[in-house]
Amino acid sequence: MPETPLQVTHSQSNDAGTPSVVEVLTDAAKHTVLQVQDYAKLSYHSVLNLFTPPRYGQDTVQQMDDIGVGSLPIVLLSGFFIGAVMVLQTGAQFQRFGQVSLTGDIVCLALVRELGPSITGLLVAGRCSSGIASELGSMLVTEQVDAMRAMGTDPGRKLVSPRVLASLVVVPLLTTISVFIGLVGGMVASVFSLRLSATTFWQRAIAILEFSDLMQGFTKSVVFGFILSTVGCYQGLNVRGGTQGVGRATTQAVVVSSVLIIVADTFLTRLALFLADKL
Amino acid sequence: MGPPSISVLATADSTEALRFSDVWIGFAEGPILRGLSFSIQTGETLVLLGETGTGKTLALKLAAGLLRPDTGTVRALGQDISAKPERELLQFRRQVGFVFQEGALFDSLTVGENVAYRLEEDGVPPAEIEPRVQEVLRFVELGHTSEQLPSELSGGMRRRVSIARALIARPPIVLYDSPTAGLDPITSQTIITLILRLRDVYHVTSVLATHRLQDGFALANFHFDPKARTVRRGASDDKSAPAVTRFLVLRDGRIYFEGSPEDMLNTKDRYLQRFLI
Repeated sequence: MPETPLQVTHSQSNDAGTPSVVEVLTDAAKHTVLQVQDYAKLSYHSVLNLFTPPRYGQDTVQQMDDIGVGSLPIVLLSGFFIGAVMVLQTGAQFQRFGQVSLTGDIVCLALVRELGPSITGLLVAGRCSSGIASELGSMLVTEQVDAMRAMGTDPGRKLVSPRVLASLVVVPLLTTISVFIGLVGGMVASVFSLRLSATTFWQRAIAILEFSDLMQGFTKSVVFGFILSTVGCYQGLNVRGGTQGVGRATTQAVVVSSVLIIVADTFLTRLALFLADKL
Repeated sequence: MGPPSISVLATADSTEALRFSDVWIGFAEGPILRGLSFSIQTGETLVLLGETGTGKTLALKLAAGLLRPDTGTVRALGQDISAKPERELLQFRRQVGFVFQEGALFDSLTVGENVAYRLEEDGVPPAEIEPRVQEVLRFVELGHTSEQLPSELSGGMRRRVSIARALIARPPIVLYDSPTAGLDPITSQTIITLILRLRDVYHVTSVLATHRLQDGFALANFHFDPKARTVRRGASDDKSAPAVTRFLVLRDGRIYFEGSPEDMLNTKDRYLQRFLI
């Protein structure tokens, strides 16, 4: 059956009786491939739609508020304590070698390159990917998405693209804030636990940073923002089975986006190290 | 026992509002609609009757271009919508009003915002939107609910808001998906009166999917008199736009009966008589 971009493609089995193990595995593989294909199509259109009218600026700003401002408290709290615990964990080791002043270096590099983007990505995925999936899923099961289509609105443009654009903008901003607050947390822990001066901590932290480190952190945060929003939208718009399905989609959104963020993090780190060697 | 009346394809006509030609659609569990063929003339009212699961909603969604047939063609308002890409279908759907079974109102928007939605999408100036929203809300006798959320309304009121939302863009064709399902008799009568008013005041082509035969007969046997602003028995005096009502009964995804209200009433077919009891 020809399908609209938001209709899910289902594999069909017309065989009577109990299917064999091979058939079950084949169906599962086909289903997975089709899911990946549908997700890729949704992601592609979500970006493509940003460049052609109609655009939904007000919806995008509202989503920035929901995703960005709404996530700020958890990002601030977790950022501060992650920075502090980094100092507590590494400081003890540096003390053994009399290199406590290096604490600022290691905390800053870890936060900018790795912990800032990934922890922020995972936290926002937990909060927003699930929220997006449940919101869109509820709209789908109550026929609001169909009503939107019936009135001539493309749900991809109205519902998906604003969330993707908002995430692409606010997740890097949240990551920046998280890194800064993490450094503040690290500084506080350094001062009170390692008796390191705040000036030394900041001087070392700033001096160690290179442009490539900033780019690595920024790139990761943009990719993670894209993953958490598109996965949330995909899961929400492919809900099957009423309210139970919405619950399943919400859980799936968090699980899939978190796993994808960790997997993407590995590949992006490898790519960044490769580029750092080449450049 | 075979069907007592078989649908005959009308020839293509400039006043034809909707035409299904050998439309098949199915899902994983098998075909639902099996070779559906019928047509509706402009201004006509088609009552699509059938038990639950016979494909009434599917037929309406096909007519609105929300689904595409597996095979066959659907022509609506002079366009073949069965092969159009989604982007073009979005434009087409702006000419069609669709009243969903449960209303399908946007629950995060107020009643006024729900009704104004399509006009805002079309970029109509805000100064023009407000009076039009008030006009259609008054038409469905809900002028006082503009600032309320759908969750604060009763089921019947939500259906009326849904009709107002479908009406706001003044579509030439309106599709009603079981608009009285689950409502008490008085509220159902209010909804049917609204459909009559919409038909007789604005002369829209209507397709009403329902399992309640009384809804169909109400549309066939009554008309709304705009001058007296009341519902009257019999045909409208407006000879320029006579309201023709036809019945089409679906059974197992096929047309089982197609004919006038009189044909339906006088049928000797046992299956059809079950609707009359």
